[in-house]
Amino acid sequence: MNQQGRPTRPTGGNAISTQNGLGIAEPLIFEQGQEKRCGVDLPPLPEFRERLGGLRREGTIGLPGLSEPQVVRHYTRLSQMNFSIDGNFYPLGSCTMKHNPRLNEKLARLPGLADLHPLQPVSTVQGALELIDLLAYWLKTLTGMPAVAMPQAAGAHGEFCGMAAIKAALAARGETRIKVLAPESAHGTNPATAAALGFVVETIPANAEGRVDLDVFKAKLGPDVAAIMLTNPNTCGLFERDMIEIAEAVHAVGAYFYCDGANFNAIVGRIRPADLGVDAMHINLHKTFSTPHGGGGPGAGPVVLSEELARFAPLPFVVRDDKGFRLVEHAKDAKESIGRLKGFHGQMGMFIRALAYMLSHGADGLWQVSGDAVLNANYILASLKDVMTASYAGPCMHEALFDDRFLKDTGVTTLDFAKALLDEGFHPMTMYFPLVVHGAMLIEPTETESRETLDGFIAVMRSLAEQAQSGNVELFHEAPRQTPLRRLDETLAARRPVLKWTKGQPK
Amino acid sequence: MRYLPLTDADRRLMLERIGVNSVDDLFVDVPASARLPGPLPTLPKHLAEFEVERIIGGLAAKNLSAGACPSFLGAGAYRHHVPASVDQLLLRGEFLTSYTPYQPEVSQGTLQSLFEFQTQVALLTGMEVANASMYDGATACAEAVMMANRITRRGNALVSGGLHPHYREVIQTMADSTGFAVQALPPTISPVEEIAENIDQETACVVVQNPDFFGRLHDFTALAEICQSNGALLVVVVTEVVSLGLIKPPGAMGADIVVAEGQGIGNALGFGGPHVGLFACKEKYVRQMPGRLCGQTVDADGRRGYVLTLSTREQHIRREKATSNICTNSGLCALAFTIHLSLLGEEGLTRLAELNHAMASTFADMIAQVPGCRVLNESFFNEFTVELPFPAAALVDKMAIVPILAGVPVSRLYPDNPELENLLLVAVTELNQIQEMETFVQLLKVWL
Repeated sequence: MNQQGRPTRPTGGNAISTQNGLGIAEPLIFEQGQEKRCGVDLPPLPEFRERLGGLRREGTIGLPGLSEPQVVRHYTRLSQMNFSIDGNFYPLGSCTMKHNPRLNEKLARLPGLADLHPLQPVSTVQGALELIDLLAYWLKTLTGMPAVAMPQAAGAHGEFCGMAAIKAALAARGETRIKVLAPESAHGTNPATAAALGFVVETIPANAEGRVDLDVFKAKLGPDVAAIMLTNPNTCGLFERDMIEIAEAVHAVGAYFYCDGANFNAIVGRIRPADLGVDAMHINLHKTFSTPHGGGGPGAGPVVLSEELARFAPLPFVVRDDKGFRLVEHAKDAKESIGRLKGFHGQMGMFIRALAYMLSHGADGLWQVSGDAVLNANYILASLKDVMTASYAGPCMHEALFDDRFLKDTGVTTLDFAKALLDEGFHPMTMYFPLVVHGAMLIEPTETESRETLDGFIAVMRSLAEQAQSGNVELFHEAPRQTPLRRLDETLAARRPVLKWTKGQPK
Repeated sequence: MRYLPLTDADRRLMLERIGVNSVDDLFVDVPASARLPGPLPTLPKHLAEFEVERIIGGLAAKNLSAGACPSFLGAGAYRHHVPASVDQLLLRGEFLTSYTPYQPEVSQGTLQSLFEFQTQVALLTGMEVANASMYDGATACAEAVMMANRITRRGNALVSGGLHPHYREVIQTMADSTGFAVQALPPTISPVEEIAENIDQETACVVVQNPDFFGRLHDFTALAEICQSNGALLVVVVTEVVSLGLIKPPGAMGADIVVAEGQGIGNALGFGGPHVGLFACKEKYVRQMPGRLCGQTVDADGRRGYVLTLSTREQHIRREKATSNICTNSGLCALAFTIHLSLLGEEGLTRLAELNHAMASTFADMIAQVPGCRVLNESFFNEFTVELPFPAAALVDKMAIVPILAGVPVSRLYPDNPELENLLLVAVTELNQIQEMETFVQLLKVWL
C-alpha cells in the first residue's frame, strides 16, 4: 500500500494486533476486468431458433471480465479486511456472535438437502419436510409453546408475522385496537413493525433498575391496547422480573404479549417463554442457534405461537397425516391464516444448520449454553465494574451494559473507546444502544469464548479505561491505527451518496 | 461439549470472582416458577459429530435431489451450475462469521463486496441505484409496492396476472395487514393482458413480470409511459435473473423500480431458501428505498472506502418512522451472487444466458412435435408453458417415479383455476442435456 505523505499512520504498533501485514488496498472488481477474459467455461450452443420476441438486450451490460484466479484472489483479499468470529472476539451486544460450527455448513450442503427444488412433488421431499417438522418440535419444546410458524426470513420478519397474527386475532374478535406498548429500550424493529401494521406505538420508560416501569405500564394499559412488545431478557441485559405480572395484566385487558426473542440465548433450555405468559415470540436462528451471520444475513425468524394465535399462522406449513408429510400452501386450506410472507417455504438452509446445532448440544448442552453465556457476561461485569461504570447492578443475563460516566471529562467518547479496541484485535461491543443509558457499551461474550479470551479482553478494557482516565486522549482520538482504513467519513457518504461504481470514476 | 470452552475449574474460578455460589444464582431475577429444574427430559442429550451426521444424512437420503435425475423445474427457482470457487470463498470465516458491517474499519471486505453487488445489480437491471439485497424476490416485490405507496401517496397496487403467484400472495398479505388495496388481474394464457385499461388516479403502481410466470417476454415500454402519465410507478419483477444476460433490461423499458430473485446466480435451490432479493430503482427515489445501502466515502487519511449509508431511512435510527422494518439482508447470498457474476463477467453471463435459451428452444421444439401437446409461448427465455391433454399434476407424479422432475404443474400454485389445470411449466438450464429431453419426450408420447 502506498503510504507516502501519510505520517499519521504509524508503522510500528502498540497493540496485540496481527493485522499489520494485511493492510491491502484492493481495487474494485470493475477496475480489474478486461474484455474477452472469463472465469467460466461453457459448452458450445446447439443449433436453435431464437424466440426472444425481439427483446434481445442491446449494447453491453458493463460487467468486467476476469479469470478464476483473479476472482479468487480478489475476494480472498477482501475477506482479509474483515473481523469475524472465527478470527476475533466479537462481543457485539444483542447480536449473539457465537461460534458457527462447520458441521452445520457441511450438512447444509448435502445434495439431498441443498439441491432440492421447492416445488418438487412432496413425495420426493419427505426428508426435507420431516426436517422442518423436527426443528419445529425442538422449537416448540424449548419454548413450551404449542405452535410455530417457520417461513419468516429474519427476526423483523418474524415480528411482522407475530404482530399480524395478533392483529388478525383481534379482528376475529371483532375488535380494533390501535395501541402497542414497547419499552424505550426496545430494538428499533419493534416500533417499526408495529407502525407498519398501523398501530400507534407508546413508549414505556425504564425504571431506575433498567426494567419496565410497572406503574407507568399499568397506567397505559386499557381496552385500546392491542399488545405489548417486550424483549426478555431486555436490551439492558436484564431479566424483566415482573414478566409474569406484566403478562397477566396484558391478558386481563384482552391484549397480547409479543416477546422479542432476540436474547433467547440467555435462557435457552432453562426457561420456557410459555411459562412466562408469552403469546408469540420470534427466534433468531442466526443468533441463538448459531447459523452464520454472513456479514448481515441471511437469517431466519420462526415464531412460536399460542394456541389461540396458531390458526392465524402464515402459509405454508408442514402437516403429517397417514400418507406422510405434506405442505399446506393455499388459503383455502387455512382460511384464517394471515397469508404468505415470502416465496416458497422458508429458510431451509438455516433450518438444517439450526437443527444440527440443537442435536449436537442436546437438552443438556443447551442448558449449559445459557448457563455459560450468562456466566461469561457476569464475569466481564464483575471484572470491569470497578474501572468502568456499570449501568445497573448485577447479576446481568447474557450481556453486560456499561455507560460512559467513567469517561466523563476525559475527552474520550464511547465511539473513541470502541475504535481503540479495534487496534487491540477485538471487535467492539455494541455502542449507543440501548438508548436508555448515555453512551451505552453493550458487551455480549456468548458461551463459546474461553476464560483466557475473556481475561485478555478484560485486561485490555481495564488498561484502556485507565489510559482514558489518565489523559492519554491521543491514543483514542488517533484510533484505529492498525486497521485497513481509519475513521471513515459517514457524513460525506450520506450527503453525496455514491452507491455504485461508474466508469471513469476517480479511484 | 465440543463448542463450550469453559471447564468446571474455569466456572468455579469465575463464580468466585463474581461472588456467587452457582450459575443458578445468576438467574435470581427469573421467577422461580419459570425456572426448569434441569435439562428438558423430552429432548435427547448431546451427540457426537458423526451421530448428528447420521441423523441429518438420513433425512437427506429420503429426498430425491434435483441433481440426481433430469429436472425441468423452475417457477421462480432455477437450477444453475455454481462454480466451486464460489462456495469455497463463501466458507472463508471472515465472510461467513462476520456481522453487519457497522464498524467499517474492520468490515471493508463485506462493504466493498456489497458496493460491487449494488453496481452489478444496477448494471443488470439497467437502473440507476440498487440496495444491498433483500430477503428474497417475493418480499422485495412487496416492499417495492409499499415504496410506491409512499412515493405516490396512493394506496392501490395493480398486479398483472403474469406475476408469480407467491409474489402476488405476499403483496396481498402485506396489503391485508398494513392497509392498502390490491387489484390482481387473473392469470391468463392469452398473450394480451388489459393492464393499462385498469390504471386510474388511485393506482400507486403497476406490477408486472418479465419473463412472466408462464415464461412469456414482454416489452413494457408503452406501459411505462402510460404509468408515468397517470402518476403511477411501474414495478418490474424478474424471477430468473440469468435472463437479464440476454433480454432487454427493465431499466431500458422505463421501469421505476425493479425487483428480482437473484438465486439463479451463485445460489443453490436450497428447497426455496435462503435466496436473495435484488432491489433497484431510479436515483430520485433512493431515500424511499427499504433495506441497507452501501456507499463510497473516504477515511481519515483520504483513502477510498465504504460504509453503510442513508441509514436515517432505517428502523434502528427512525424506529416507528422507518421506511421498512427490515434489518437483516441476505448478505452471504448476495456475496455468492457477486462472486459468481464476477467469474461470469460480460462474456460468461451472455454465453450462459444464450445457452439457456438455446437449450430451452430446442426442448420446446421437441415437445411441440408430440401429438396432443402444445407449447403456448410465442416468446420465452428458458421456461415455457406446455398444454397437455390431461392434468399436468398427473404427468408430474408419473414422471417422478422414473425419476424425472418434469416441471411445475400450474395447479400447484393455482389450485382453484380449472382452466389452468392442464398447464405444465417447463424450465431448461445449462445443466439439462439433450438425452434427458429425448427420454422425456419418449415417455410423453407413451403416456399421451
